[in-house]
Amino acid sequence: MYNFDFVKPATLDEAVAALGGEDAQPLSGGQTLLPSMKQRLNAPGVLISLTGIAALKGVKLEGRTLVIGAATPHAVVATEAASVYPALAALAGGIGDPAVRNRGTIGGSLANNDPSACYPAAALGSGATIVTNTREIAADDFFTGMFETALEQGEIITAVKFPVPEKAAYLKFQQPASRFALTGAYVAKYQDGVRVAITGASEGGVFRWTEAEEALNRSFTAEALNGLSLPAEGMMGDLHGTPAYRAHLCAVMTRRAVTAAG
Amino acid sequence: MPKDGGIGASTKRREDIRFLTGRGVYTDDLNLHGQTFAVFCRSTVAHGKIVSIDTSATEAMPGVLAVFTGEDFKDVGGNPAGWLINSRDGTPMREPKRPVLAHGKVRHVGDAYAAVVAETYAQAKDAAEQLAADTVIDELPAIVDMKAAVADPSNRVHDEIPDNLCFDWGWIEDNRAAVDEVFKSAPHVTTLELVNNRLVPNAMEPRASIGEYFPGTGDYKLTTTSQNPHLTRLLIAAFVMGIPENKLQVVAPDVGGGFGSKIYHYGEEAVVLAAAKKLKRPVRWTAERSESFLSDAHGRDHVTKIELACEKDGTFLAFRTETLANVGAYLSNFSTATPTFLHGTLMAGPYKVPKVYVNVKTVFTNTAPVDAYRGAGRPEATFSLERVIDKMCRELGLDQFEVRRKNFITPDMYPYTTPVGLVYDTGNYHATLDKALEMTDLAGFEARAAEAKSRGKLRGLGLSTWIEACGIAPSNLVGVLGSRVGLYDAATVRVNATGNISVMTGAHSHGQGHETVFAQIVAEKLGVDANSVEIVHGDTAKIPFGMGSYGSRSLAVCGSAIDRAMGKIIAKGKKIAAHMLEAAEGDIEFKDGTFSVAGTDKAKTFGEIAFSAYVPHNYPLETLEPGLEETAFYDPGNFTYPAGAYLCEVEVDPDTGKVQVVAFHCADDFGNIMNPLIVEGQVHGGVGQGIGQALCENTSYDENGQLTSASFMDYAMPRADDVPFYNVDYSCQTPCTHNPLGVKGCGEAGAIGSPPAVVNAVIDALHRGGYDHVTHIDMPVSPARVWAAMQKH
Repeated sequence: MYNFDFVKPATLDEAVAALGGEDAQPLSGGQTLLPSMKQRLNAPGVLISLTGIAALKGVKLEGRTLVIGAATPHAVVATEAASVYPALAALAGGIGDPAVRNRGTIGGSLANNDPSACYPAAALGSGATIVTNTREIAADDFFTGMFETALEQGEIITAVKFPVPEKAAYLKFQQPASRFALTGAYVAKYQDGVRVAITGASEGGVFRWTEAEEALNRSFTAEALNGLSLPAEGMMGDLHGTPAYRAHLCAVMTRRAVTAAG
Repeated sequence: MPKDGGIGASTKRREDIRFLTGRGVYTDDLNLHGQTFAVFCRSTVAHGKIVSIDTSATEAMPGVLAVFTGEDFKDVGGNPAGWLINSRDGTPMREPKRPVLAHGKVRHVGDAYAAVVAETYAQAKDAAEQLAADTVIDELPAIVDMKAAVADPSNRVHDEIPDNLCFDWGWIEDNRAAVDEVFKSAPHVTTLELVNNRLVPNAMEPRASIGEYFPGTGDYKLTTTSQNPHLTRLLIAAFVMGIPENKLQVVAPDVGGGFGSKIYHYGEEAVVLAAAKKLKRPVRWTAERSESFLSDAHGRDHVTKIELACEKDGTFLAFRTETLANVGAYLSNFSTATPTFLHGTLMAGPYKVPKVYVNVKTVFTNTAPVDAYRGAGRPEATFSLERVIDKMCRELGLDQFEVRRKNFITPDMYPYTTPVGLVYDTGNYHATLDKALEMTDLAGFEARAAEAKSRGKLRGLGLSTWIEACGIAPSNLVGVLGSRVGLYDAATVRVNATGNISVMTGAHSHGQGHETVFAQIVAEKLGVDANSVEIVHGDTAKIPFGMGSYGSRSLAVCGSAIDRAMGKIIAKGKKIAAHMLEAAEGDIEFKDGTFSVAGTDKAKTFGEIAFSAYVPHNYPLETLEPGLEETAFYDPGNFTYPAGAYLCEVEVDPDTGKVQVVAFHCADDFGNIMNPLIVEGQVHGGVGQGIGQALCENTSYDENGQLTSASFMDYAMPRADDVPFYNVDYSCQTPCTHNPLGVKGCGEAGAIGSPPAVVNAVIDALHRGGYDHVTHIDMPVSPARVWAAMQKH
């Protein structure tokens, strides 16, 4: 790790101001940023910690929308969202290990947009709205590619708004080593339609499987997905799975998610 | 009932109290006055010519004290191979020099070519980064695939070795033609090509070394993560640095796992010693996890074709194997013994097969060196045998249990000379198989499979009946076979004046539990409280010259040395007692800690005798030296031959290919058991590592020689949810006939016996599910590989 300066503001305004400085980078739970800094693969000059800002923390229900502060750790979401949005709580409770879940935050995960992370699937699968210090961004517009988002330089996620569905489930097939999603499917049924988001599979990062959504809109059953498949082309291939295997898992995990959603 | 704290008691491991409460003292825990920090520059390319290393900018950096390159060590010796193997044509193996730091060429990713020493770790780290930037290495084509390495004479890991071949070994070469004849006329031949996957040892504690030099005396001290401090001292002193042995102290304090990877001497140890002498200050280095992945000696990495010739009823006629064994870029200390005498000699298994021939070609590649890793050669042999037998049974429609029984050596055949050069002293393989079948409830399997099917899972049952040779080894035998060292061990039993006992052992404990079990043996034999016995190990200044711990040898070899030293203590105690009790020495009996005159109530306690030995007021000083301390060396008469039967049940998810081990039954014969709790723990750990090899661990180099599984993000270690609750039995006991404790090694059994049981179970599950086109899946049997195999209809 190289030397860096560390700033821990108490308010969002201070954080935004600090981020305007040269070579500054926001730090939330640090579960990706800190390991990469330790390996000297990343060397920000100033880290602006967001975890001291009370306004960025907490889980609350506003009507039928669950609003989660961006600096809320996974473990808190796993507990506090459990009664309102159990599928989301279960997803949060299945990320990493207890240490990761108590440090890592929802905002950090979404801003990083790791193609194998779980939270992007929840956000896209729920049609969530990502709230920043300057605007609101629909999940459909937020994830723009592997490790890429619509966030501007210096823009901070402050909260994520999840419309609570009628039913939902997230099923991930774990990569054997990292236990990230080798492929994960998030299925959520809303009054106005079903959403299916797939993580861990595509070279473009998280995506919606629209054919599956259409089939499930007709009948929200696993059988409705019979015969549907995704092409291997464009899927990731690595030590743990070929593109064809990942394409296959997309269908398996989606079917299982529908069954689990009930 | 075993006596509390004595032989056979499940005494809890006394060392665990300090390990589990964070009070162990590992190399990196030591902080020395004036210490400095070394960081190594490691190659980022698999193969390259070192064009230039400009140290000037680095040397001018803050805190930098010294910079070393391969040039600084070009005149010292190489790190040697400990075992000379001759090729089939009689020519000796090729032994390229393994330098302290790479010189001229780098030969694998992670190959250290320079070191920087600085006042702080951060300064050393910054300086090493600068030095790497000021180093010019011309990348050469990487030699990664073994078949390509031997086929292409133009591309060489070592310029003087044209075909990248270390040796081409035949075992036993004189039997080759006769074995070939059997195959020509055999009623049935089963052939299997398989890979025994390369493994990264991943000890919890990474390697670490601290060098010290004392200018007043000219003494050196190396504190290091070693399984065998005397062997490390010998290698550094006699081969590499030329430091007189008596001027070098090697200390291996608490060591957090080795699994073989810490047997060997590594260049970093020589660098910290040389740097300490130059700077007259302690120099320390601790590997980062990434360095461990890249530069620890890896394990396994064989590509094998095995053939089994048999009658139609499954009676074995011959085994024949051809193996390519990867040694990586350099010969690590036991790298040449592992694929040969620890592998070829086991290729008869527990079977009365009349003919066996083994051919091993050992190949240099631009990858990390490969050496012994828990099991070392025997897992490779066992996997080949048990997989090809399983395949044969399927081809001929034979019952796998009956085929094993038909071919087992029977208890009336010992000592049994195998066609691959070993003499098994004792065993009972029918008994362990029967026990395993009883444990697994074979009759209930179909019901379990049906229940699994109702959940959409394919259940399978896999068997492995394994044997291994451990407790290495008889020095005269291994000397004939090429070993350059002896393989005895040594112990000193020091009875202190107040009656408590210090036992100094050559064996080194890095997780095995020696401090507990050795004390139990001493307590039992000398009739003292185990808590009064202290086991001292890991410091060449304190212990006698022993060969350390590997090859499941600590109890069988060093335990025997302890037993022998205690025999000397008891014999001397009888002389002292005879004098004190005014009786003839021949009339003195020793039992339960008391020396007594036979047939009388005249007696002296062990403590009274010890006190008399050190305060010899009433003592036969004319004929007997004072003191009560004895040293014994023990050189085993043979290997020990633990054996067993492992039955594994798996469930395969046909949708994803994921394999779950749902039951694992081990029926082992380890001879006499000193501490059942420790034996069970050793089996659990070994089977866990075996399941890791079978299902999870994939060491993958790409075509450029980059290790693509160089972190725990991609290298899958087995986790708690990958392994089942183990069912372990060790009640089948045929005591070893040639060591005084009647014990056999148990440390590697699990890692040797389990991988074929797991893979056989997966193949069984797939066949039961209708995927009978799948005859083999290479390890690790990952979900992706199982799914891919299922698709090939």
